[in-house]
Amino acid sequence: MDSNIVLKAQAIEKYFTDPEPFKVLDNVSFEILKGEFTSIVGKSGCGKSTLLYILSTMDTDYSGQLWIGGEDMKIKSEKELAAVRNEHIGFVFQFHYLLNEFSVLKNVILPGLKLQKLSPKDLEEKAMLHLKQLGIDSLAPKMAYKLSGGEKQRVAIARALINDPLIIMGDEPTGNLDHKNSEIVFDIFEQLSKEYGQSLLIVTHDDEFAARTGKTIIMEDGRIVQKN
Amino acid sequence: MKTGLIPDIAYALMTARLRQTLVAAAGVTFSITMFVALLGFMNGLNTLLDDLILNRSPHVRLYNDIKPSPVQPISMATAYKDDYHFISSVKPGAVRKELYNSGAILSALKADTRVAGVSPKVTAQVFYNIGPIDMTGVINGIDVENEQRLFFFANYVTSGRASDLEDVSNSVILGKGAADKMLANIGDIIQVTSITGDPLSLKVVGIFQSGIAELDKVQSYASIRTTQKILGKTNNYLTELQIKLHDMSTAPSVAKEYADLFRCDSEDIQTANAQFETGSSVRSLISYAVGITLLIVSGFGIYNILNMMIYEKMDTIAILKATGFSGSDVKLIFLVIALSIGFFGGLAGLIFGYILSLIIDNIPFVTAALPTIHTYPIDYNLKYYIIAAIFSLVTTYLAGYFPARKASKTDPVNIIRGK
Ligand SMILES: Nc1ncnc2c1ncn2[C@@H]1O[C@H](COP(=O)(O)OP(=O)(O)OP(=O)(O)O)[C@@H](O)[C@H]1O
Ligand SMILES: [Mg+2]
Repeated sequence: MDSNIVLKAQAIEKYFTDPEPFKVLDNVSFEILKGEFTSIVGKSGCGKSTLLYILSTMDTDYSGQLWIGGEDMKIKSEKELAAVRNEHIGFVFQFHYLLNEFSVLKNVILPGLKLQKLSPKDLEEKAMLHLKQLGIDSLAPKMAYKLSGGEKQRVAIARALINDPLIIMGDEPTGNLDHKNSEIVFDIFEQLSKEYGQSLLIVTHDDEFAARTGKTIIMEDGRIVQKN
Repeated sequence: MKTGLIPDIAYALMTARLRQTLVAAAGVTFSITMFVALLGFMNGLNTLLDDLILNRSPHVRLYNDIKPSPVQPISMATAYKDDYHFISSVKPGAVRKELYNSGAILSALKADTRVAGVSPKVTAQVFYNIGPIDMTGVINGIDVENEQRLFFFANYVTSGRASDLEDVSNSVILGKGAADKMLANIGDIIQVTSITGDPLSLKVVGIFQSGIAELDKVQSYASIRTTQKILGKTNNYLTELQIKLHDMSTAPSVAKEYADLFRCDSEDIQTANAQFETGSSVRSLISYAVGITLLIVSGFGIYNILNMMIYEKMDTIAILKATGFSGSDVKLIFLVIALSIGFFGGLAGLIFGYILSLIIDNIPFVTAALPTIHTYPIDYNLKYYIIAAIFSLVTTYLAGYFPARKASKTDPVNIIRGK
C-alpha cells in the first residue's frame, strides 16, 4: 500500500437494529493522504458520527475494511486497537472531554504517559510547546474543569497532538463554540495541516468551515455522494 | 512507568471523591477492628476457661482402678475353653488402690524423652471432724515442687505459702469451701480421720481456691508423707502418677502404651475433658462467623460505592478509552481503588483492633472463681491479624472486581454519543 495513505476505508457498512433494522452506513470508501485536511459534511442523522467512531476504532461492529497507517484494523484485538488509538489517532470531541480530576498539563500528557515513548519530563516540555502554540501555556497548572469551553477545546487539541498521531479526528470540534473561538480552532487546524503536514479528518456542520478545508466529503443517508 | 500511571489515575479518582472513599475505608476499618478485637477476646476467654481445667490436668494419669478382673477363672479352665460362659454379678476382689511397683515406673518415666514431668500423688478419702459432725473430703498428697512446676499449684493458693506443706510437718492446705465450713484459718489445727487409719491433727498453712466451688468444698492438699501418715501406709505407697507430656496431642496413644507396659489403668486428657474441647471450638466458630459477616457487609459497602463511582465517572472512562487506555487498564484502575480502600482501611482496622484489645485487656474483671485473673483476657495471637488482613484484601478485591469489570466493558461510543 502507498505509504502516503494514512487512512483507507473500503466498503464500510453498518446496521443499527434498534428500534428496527436500518442501514446507517452504506458502502463508504475513501482515503486520506498524509497532510490532507479533509472535512465530512451532511445533514443531521446521515451517519457522520457513526462513521467517525468506526474510523477511530472505538466502534468495531461493522463490515468492510479499514487500514490505518497501512495496518488492517479488522484483525486487531481490543487491546491492540487501544494501542492504535493511543499512538496514531488524536481525537477531538464536540464536547470538551477533559479529565476533571487532573490539571491541564496532566490532561495533555496522559496519552503520552500511556505510550511511554518519552519520559514524563520530555512529555511536559513537549506539552508546554503545544500549549504555547495554542496560546494557553499560562493555563497549564490549572485544573481542567476551571477552563472556558474554547480553552478546553484547545487543550483537547494539544492532547490529540502529544503522541504525534498519523491523523487527528474531530466530531464537530467547533460545534459548541462561538464564532471567535471557532475561528481560533480552525486556524490551528489549518496551521497544523499546512505547516506540519498533519492529516486531519473533521466532521462539521459549518459549510464555511468545510469550504476552507482541502477536501470535503459530502454524505447523504449513509452514503458518500460527493468527494472534492 | 506504566505501573505508576494506573495508581496515579486511581489516586486522582479517589481524591476527587474523597468522602465516599473514606466512608468505604471506614467500613473496612470498623469490621477489621471488630474482627480482631472479637476474636482476641473470645479466644482469650477460651484459653482462660480451658486453662482452668487443662493447665491443672495431667496429660496422662496412671492409677489402679477398682474393678473386677477381666479374666475370670472359668475362662482359664481348658475343659470349657470352647463353651460360652454365663457369668453374672461379678464383684471386684480385694484390690488395693496402690499403684504397684511405683518406684520402677517412676524411673522408667523419667527416662522417657516424651515425658515433660511426673508428679506422684496419694489420694486419701477422709472425714474432716468438725465438733460432732464428720464431713467427707479428699486429701491429695502431692510433691509440692513438681506440682508447682507442672500444674502451677501455687497460683491457686490464695493465702498462705504452698511450700509450707513440705516445711511444716503435718500441715494441710484446705479448699476454700471446706475451710469456710470448718471456720478454719491459717494457723488453726484441724482433725481428720481416714477410713482405715486413726485420727490425725493437721495444721492449716494455706487456703486453696481452684475456681470450681464444688471441688473446693471437698479437696485439700498435704504433702505425700503426711497423707501416707493419714492412711497409715509406708513411704513408697502412691496411688497415682500424673504425667505431663511435651506434646499433648500424643496423650491418648501414650496412655494406652503405659497401661499395657505398667499393667495399670490410664486416662488421657482428651478423654477426661472432651467437653471443653467442644465448647472452645464452638465459641471460636461463632466469633469467626460474626467477624466474617462484618467483613462481608463492609464488602457490600465497597461494592456500592465503587458502582456509584463508576456511574459518575463514565465520562472519564470514555476519555481514557478514547485516548488509548484498554479495557484491562480501566479494570486495573478500579481494582487498585478497591484494593487501596481494603489495604488502608484494613491496616487502620488492625491498629484500632489492637488498641481495642489493649483497652479490653485493662478492664477489671474480678471474680471469686478465678483468683489469678484481674482483667478481661485477650489472646494477641498474630493469626487473627493475618486472617483479618487477608480477608480485608480478598473481600475488597471481590467487591471491586464486578464494578471494575463493568467499567472495563463500557462502550465509549455510547457515552460520547450520549451527550
Ligand atoms: N445506538 C444507536 N442505535 C440505533 N440507532 C442509532 C444509534 N446511534 C445512532 N443511531 C441513528 O443512526 C443515524 C446516524 O447517526 P449519527 O449520529 O451518525 O448522525 P450524524 O450524521 O452524526 O448526525 P448529527 O449531525 O446530528 O450529529 C441516526 O438516524 C441515528 O438516529
Ligand atoms: Mg454527529
